Amino acid sequence: MRIKPDREMIAPLVAIGLALLSIAIVFWIAGANPLVLYQKIFMGAFGSWFGLSRTLTKAIPLLLCGAGLAVVFKMGFWNIGAEGQLLMGVIGATWVALYLAPGAPFWIMIPLMFGVGFAAGAGLGIIPAVLKVKFRTNEVITSLMLVYIVRELVKYLVYGPWKGPQEWGFPYSSKFPLAAWLPTILRTRIHYPTLLLGLALAVFLYLLMKKTKFGYEIEVLGASPETARYAGIKSGRITVLAMVISGGLAGLAGVGEVAGIHHRLLEPLGISPGYGFTAIIVAWLGTLHPLFIILAAFLFGGLLVGGDAIQVSLGFPIGVIKIFNGVILFFFLARGFLSRYRLTKKDREG
Amino acid sequence: MDFIISTLKIVLPAGTPLLLGTLGEIYSERSGVLNLGVEGMMIMGAVSAFGTTMATGNVWLGIMAACLVGGGMALIHGLLSITFRANQIVSGLALTIFGVGLSALIGRAYVGLPLPAKIRASPLPVLEDIPVIGEVLFKQDALVYLSLFLLTPLFWFVLFKTKWGISLRAVGEKPKTANGAGVNVYLVRYLAVFIGGLMAGMGGAYLSLAYTPAWSEGMTVGSGWIVIALTIFALWKPERAVWGAYLFGGVKVLQYRLQPLGISPNLLNMLPFILTMTVVVLVSAQEKIKRKVGAPAALGIPYVKEER
Repeated sequence: MRIKPDREMIAPLVAIGLALLSIAIVFWIAGANPLVLYQKIFMGAFGSWFGLSRTLTKAIPLLLCGAGLAVVFKMGFWNIGAEGQLLMGVIGATWVALYLAPGAPFWIMIPLMFGVGFAAGAGLGIIPAVLKVKFRTNEVITSLMLVYIVRELVKYLVYGPWKGPQEWGFPYSSKFPLAAWLPTILRTRIHYPTLLLGLALAVFLYLLMKKTKFGYEIEVLGASPETARYAGIKSGRITVLAMVISGGLAGLAGVGEVAGIHHRLLEPLGISPGYGFTAIIVAWLGTLHPLFIILAAFLFGGLLVGGDAIQVSLGFPIGVIKIFNGVILFFFLARGFLSRYRLTKKDREG
Repeated sequence: MDFIISTLKIVLPAGTPLLLGTLGEIYSERSGVLNLGVEGMMIMGAVSAFGTTMATGNVWLGIMAACLVGGGMALIHGLLSITFRANQIVSGLALTIFGVGLSALIGRAYVGLPLPAKIRASPLPVLEDIPVIGEVLFKQDALVYLSLFLLTPLFWFVLFKTKWGISLRAVGEKPKTANGAGVNVYLVRYLAVFIGGLMAGMGGAYLSLAYTPAWSEGMTVGSGWIVIALTIFALWKPERAVWGAYLFGGVKVLQYRLQPLGISPNLLNMLPFILTMTVVVLVSAQEKIKRKVGAPAALGIPYVKEER
């Protein structure tokens, strides 16, 4: 019944390889040279210190959102609204920096931003959880609709009440006070406090899932809600709690983006080109394992940077990079079948 | 009065892409396959319809291309979720992401171009002269007529009054029993999923050829997701899909009609999404009170044929 661990590691690589091959064919049909394309993406993302630093910067929100999503996905709760939860973190941090405590020193300001950002993300996140628990409402739809709603909310704020008086006609808020700027590594945009926070939380979640009763209960709920009920597991409480984690981590990612990079509120797509959605794939490719998700976040951070590179050098629209995300997911899903098929065949032989 | 009539008149076109998509998703879900890829199939339909019409100058070829592309996309989901028994939620999401990306790649040549032909209003003789009703119902374009007067009754009839409709519903409720009765579960599911894609593609074609006759990246802006919610709102019944689709069409129109009153456009843009959430919550709450589950019993569950 047990697969050899090395095979478990190889299979994802085979899936990614086949996916890259298929994507190459798609681009070739669309009239682009796939070899040039892949070279541009790879060199753009990993070929220079500058590219690497940008990859690492983009990996930060993917890691935070992805690690949080792994927790809820493991219990079969399909939160696809991390993007909205991230933007709530952005709103929370902006509120702290510009309105709640604009004069606070950094050692109060920064923890306060992360705290409020976590609470804002978690607050949005528990809405689909509570609706699911109370009414069995489909969480895919509610969590996604909240993304569209929060995006409009950010636009409303940045064009309306939070528009900076000194920003001419631009949809920007005022700049944050310096105490609200996260430090970065040398001349890069790697806001390392958020990166360290993400890494620490990934390890924490790994321990939480592996070593605690809460993690065990999530596992049982995901495997079989029936069993969980017989075992007396309070699924409602766990669903809400898991969404506090998932939404909260996405909120932290939002704080990092706005306090570490932009230092002001912008239009939603200017802050996040869909990190919350890409994180769904990151979580899935990281096999819902917080430590593998670190690696997946780095790879998809690279893919986003590579996407910018082909936009600049080959003139492709930015959305094109989603082809990679979609096709890689297809092959990962197919991989599940192939390995299961191998398993049952072996069982029958044995 | 004129204001009301002119408003109602644009509600139908606004709801038509949603109606087309919802009719298709109802079949897919009735067979037990949840396809969250509607947004991706719709936008691929939109770009294929636009491209084909650009190349041929014929909107009907554009619509056909959109249907085929939508159906083809749906078959990817079918392969993954029916044959490979993969997680339907993730597979549908992947289809949406893929479709949004691929349409951006294909559509990069079409941004900002005018169409050589588009779907135009074709008033129905005699009927258009009926006061009020004629203005609202019979001065529309061919796809509005097709979806409302032909496809909706047809989808209802096939689903509830034909043998294949019984098989389709059986496959989504109790696939084992259906299999025992000699129904090919896989085949019925593939067909239903294909029809779902076909209709989503047609909905996309309506967007790029009639509603906003142009191509822009990401132009479906969530319509596919509203379709998923409308399927629940319709309680998986084609005849109820009409009301849902036009209700949402109405909200879309209201958005533009309220803007001159000085309400922030961003707050108005939230309306359809708030309505979607409200509708889904109300339906689920109602179901819970009545203890009656409206969703097909085998929705989202892969079927494994038992070997003897």
